[in-house]
Amino acid sequence: MQDASNVDSQLPTSDTVAKFDRGPETLKSKLMHIVYTAPAVVPLFVLLAAIVIFGLLLGDRFFSPFALTLILQQVAIIGIVASAQSIVILTAGIDLSVGAVMILSSVVMGKFTFDLGLPPAVGVFAGLLCGLICGTISGYLVAYWKLPPFIVTLGMWQIVLAANFLYSGSQVIRSQDIAEQAPLLQFFGSTIKVGGAVFTYGVIFMLLLVTALSYVLSQTSWGRHVYAVGDDPEAAELSGVNVRGTLISVYALAGLICAFAGWALIGRIGSVSPQAGQLANIESITAVVIGGISLFGGRGSVAGTLFGALIVGVFTLGLRLLGADVQWTYLLIGLLIIAAVAVDQRIRKASL
Amino acid sequence: MNLKKAGLAGIIAAAATAGTASAEGSVCLITKDATNPFFVKMAQGAFAKAAELGVELRSYAGKFDGDHETQVSAIETCVAAGVDGILLVASDTKAITSSVQQARDAGAVVIALDTPLDPIGAADMTFATDNFQAGVLIGEWAAKTMGDTSDAKIGLLNINVSQPTVGVLRNQGFLTGFGVDIGDPSKWGDETDSRIVGHELSNGNAEGGREGMENLLAINPEINVVYTINEPAAAGAYEALKSFGREDDVLIVSVDGGCPGVQDVAAGVIGATAQQYPLAMAALGVEAIATYAATGEKPAATEGKEFFDTGVGLVTGSPVDGLEQLSVEEGANLCWG
Repeated sequence: MQDASNVDSQLPTSDTVAKFDRGPETLKSKLMHIVYTAPAVVPLFVLLAAIVIFGLLLGDRFFSPFALTLILQQVAIIGIVASAQSIVILTAGIDLSVGAVMILSSVVMGKFTFDLGLPPAVGVFAGLLCGLICGTISGYLVAYWKLPPFIVTLGMWQIVLAANFLYSGSQVIRSQDIAEQAPLLQFFGSTIKVGGAVFTYGVIFMLLLVTALSYVLSQTSWGRHVYAVGDDPEAAELSGVNVRGTLISVYALAGLICAFAGWALIGRIGSVSPQAGQLANIESITAVVIGGISLFGGRGSVAGTLFGALIVGVFTLGLRLLGADVQWTYLLIGLLIIAAVAVDQRIRKASL
Repeated sequence: MNLKKAGLAGIIAAAATAGTASAEGSVCLITKDATNPFFVKMAQGAFAKAAELGVELRSYAGKFDGDHETQVSAIETCVAAGVDGILLVASDTKAITSSVQQARDAGAVVIALDTPLDPIGAADMTFATDNFQAGVLIGEWAAKTMGDTSDAKIGLLNINVSQPTVGVLRNQGFLTGFGVDIGDPSKWGDETDSRIVGHELSNGNAEGGREGMENLLAINPEINVVYTINEPAAAGAYEALKSFGREDDVLIVSVDGGCPGVQDVAAGVIGATAQQYPLAMAALGVEAIATYAATGEKPAATEGKEFFDTGVGLVTGSPVDGLEQLSVEEGANLCWG
């Protein structure tokens, strides 16, 4: 505590801003402060620890450019979808339709190109538009009709998935046909090899997307509005934020990103498969939660989501290389989810 | 309110008409899901046959492969409707047996299609591909194509952790055909042969096939023979091999015989596939129930087997000596989906 005379003498100095009394700086409070201001630190630490542990257990088989970049390839699709999920969850919403939108978009790309005979670029554009429209509809219902995001996207999930099966008739478009007639659809499957490391364009796209979203969310007014809307929509409204517009733009962008994920998915599995990606919504929410984004909105970062997706990828491949039963992977991921939310609750309490 | 009442009355009316099933015979078809082309084709075969015989057919499906609850309620609905027989592709072959028993007690003949129940005798009869034989055919083909199998490094892309009967039979058939001691025939994963690199799970789709293959290559990059549960998984595995530049020196074999799969055989993606015949399976099933409704006679098993074998054909673009094989053209004429 400071005595009164001390306070008085400080008042005139204009560059001293009013500060909260944070008490003595203990190690714990310092840690809490770091975690509060940069929530991605926790998943990053878990990720690095997991890589080191599996590296020690498995040696070169795991700790090689080949295996580590393989993990990147394996999480690319979920990483992209989870980025879309992140921005929605930052507004205190949720999008259960991400996987379905991804698949429908990829089917539209394939069907427009192969059944309607349009140039592949037009097919891709139509697929991206499809994702954008799906997202915009969800956003409109959330923003203007004030329907809960969970319900809106639960409905959209069913509608979009059913539309996908009705439109595609469950028919697969084969990889070889795509490679011959419309290689553009497999664009994200192309690879760059650096030594033993293999990067697909899908992986590079994921990394660029996360970088771009991180920048936009932290450095632009739109990004700050997303956080503000998620933290407290009424306060945001009162301070002049266009809450409805922000919500619609977030869901629309999420839909568009999912469509890109659909394009990347064609690159990864080669074919257009209406039955792929069924678990993408759950897996994306898992990555977001492990990545430290608060389901209550307004806090977290897209980088955290990327770490969350990578943690799942590292555990999955690491445990497979160790020869463990796959159920152990699910069990550990379940533990991580609960631990992540527990950490989030602690931070929320500390911040009140 | 009025609308709700009208809706309710409609449901009751529908249930009432359903209760008085027609005299010519009525059949329920219950599949694992309504999206897999295999089941889509199966339903088509069943509806075509039902129309031909003048039999009433209702079709139900789980929401997804593995959706047990929906199948149970479908059986209950069929029993309530008083159908003569049920054609069932079970998702959970053990758990469904008590519901099947209730249907049989109520006087319906239950025929398991494609997937035998556990135990197989829980259904009146099973109309299925001999999945073990299907595995043996591709196993023998792979062994004969390689010649010397002592350097084989085998990767196995199975379906999922629950080890469904179909998956086990195909896997064990393949290993037996290839010349590997399978240990306990009722599960995969207990083999001790050092030529086996590992079992991975593909969920029977391209995504899972690719990830499973990547994991196998991470375990041992020198894999040269890959068994896959079905052709979508095989196509996914091929994509993984392609990204490592290994697509030309690995032999992929599969089971199913869907049209995209046969095209993949033609293109050299898949070395050989064992083709099954879902259209025939469903059509024969509808016929058997119509016969039962008319005469009370239940279908009989194929001689020497516990079930009615609907046949399997080995489709390959590079035939080997000493095996009965179908050319790609023949396979394409018989393919489904």
